[in-house]
Amino acid sequence: MKRRIKPAEFAMQTLFLVCGLTAIAFVLLITVYLILAGLPAIREIGLTDFLLGRTWASTHATDPRFGILPMILTSVYGAAGAIVLGVPVGFFTALFLAKAAPPRLAGLIRPAVNLLAGIPSVVYGLVGMCVLVPALRAWLDLPAGDTLLAAMIVLAVMILPSVISVSDAALAAVPREYEEASLALGATPVETYLRVTAPAARGGVAAAVALGVGRAIGEAMAILMVAGNVANMPSLLSSVRFLTTGIAIEMNYAAPGSLQRQALFSIGLVLFFFIMVINILLNLALKRGREG
Amino acid sequence: MAEQAILSARDLDFFYGAAQALRHITLDIPAGRVTALIGPSGCGKSTFLRTINRMNDLVPGTRMAGSLTFQGQEIYAPGLDVTALRRRVGMVFQKPNPFPMSIYDNVAYGPRTHGERRRARLDELVETSLRAAAIWEEVRDRLKKSALGLSGGQQQRLCIARALAVEPEVLLMDEATSALDPISTARIEDLIGSLKERYTIVMVTHNMQQALRVSDRTAFFLSGELVEFSPTERLFSMPRDQRTEDYITGRFG
Repeated sequence: MKRRIKPAEFAMQTLFLVCGLTAIAFVLLITVYLILAGLPAIREIGLTDFLLGRTWASTHATDPRFGILPMILTSVYGAAGAIVLGVPVGFFTALFLAKAAPPRLAGLIRPAVNLLAGIPSVVYGLVGMCVLVPALRAWLDLPAGDTLLAAMIVLAVMILPSVISVSDAALAAVPREYEEASLALGATPVETYLRVTAPAARGGVAAAVALGVGRAIGEAMAILMVAGNVANMPSLLSSVRFLTTGIAIEMNYAAPGSLQRQALFSIGLVLFFFIMVINILLNLALKRGREG
Repeated sequence: MAEQAILSARDLDFFYGAAQALRHITLDIPAGRVTALIGPSGCGKSTFLRTINRMNDLVPGTRMAGSLTFQGQEIYAPGLDVTALRRRVGMVFQKPNPFPMSIYDNVAYGPRTHGERRRARLDELVETSLRAAAIWEEVRDRLKKSALGLSGGQQQRLCIARALAVEPEVLLMDEATSALDPISTARIEDLIGSLKERYTIVMVTHNMQQALRVSDRTAFFLSGELVEFSPTERLFSMPRDQRTEDYITGRFG
């Protein structure tokens, strides 16, 4: 028996469908646009020279260079540093929240973590610029505190909320029976958390890492304000330029149609590629985490 | 028959918040025997079992009064090392709960936790524990495989092996066969028979036939009280208390 669909139902369902398709349409639009806008410069510069060139001198009058290796490495190192600094802290915070914290204290920390996620990145940048950068310069006796290290620290704090909430959920989902079994064997609570709970939640933790990498690679504003933005080959205590900040800094004054401007779109394409790969890894990690 | 008590309760009261789960329990559990705790749901038998290795500590807001001793040592003494107690009093749970690790790592977990690092000693402990739990022949070729690939009955025997690997003196079994099929249940009952030579076993069971088959002593709990505690055959053939008789003849519960 075929049921007649009411017109109002049909209209609403169509609306839902259109809204759903809009999201997909934007992804496709951006992908196509980036590829079209990003390829010409790569073709002109040459893929190897572009990706592996060590010099970025886009405004040089006679001999402009468009090598983005310094920016690629800076983004990779920056994200790695953020993970190394941020994931342990975030994971242990999550472990504390999910297992050890008295409920009232956990009730205080969780909203604080959520608040951290809501702070605009420009504010992180401001605090980094006004507090962290001068502090690093004084502690490490540097000529300038705007360094890769400063950016790593800011990124580490910025990825904390997502690392914490994803790990928290993964740890809370570990069956209580595992922990009981461990305690009944005479393990202490801390041994139980580290040797049973945490390994059982490793899929979720991998997802937290991937999510953190994605955020760290994509962040621009906060690190623009603390990294110094010179396109050096990266080292911990030198001024560096990320893929994101590379675009943000020069887009303002790059003449329309110039190779410089086209090369900035190419950087965008590279960045997009990175984010795509990370997202695929993230989905794999989440899927494996769910399957245990 | 003079038996030495390994666990002794004297006027033991236990509370979850305001609710009293155990009332004035007094009994002596003999060493090297199988003691079954029976009674309807909510009668306090599992609570009593979990006071013995202090697993009730995990529940917030519990309180006890009276005395409960393990080889003369007060289990609820302030400052008692709970991990040391649990090492000597192992537990097998209702639902098989192997860790999501390899079979070998499951059994080696306890010894490793207690500081055993020597590979040869671990290998030996894993093998003897798996043999004692009557599962060695089934898993000897797949020790590195995940324990989660085993059947429910195998998982439960693995959990018994895991508990044995820390060389406890007492083994608590909390309805350890209630989630298993009849064949797996029979295997575990046989296993209990062979384990009692070396361990004191205290088991909670809903299955009176099982208590009759495997236990030497049976304690009947009702509404938080110990109604009767006798040699198993006597309790089932000549119960002294009317409530015991009503329960074992199926008039309630």
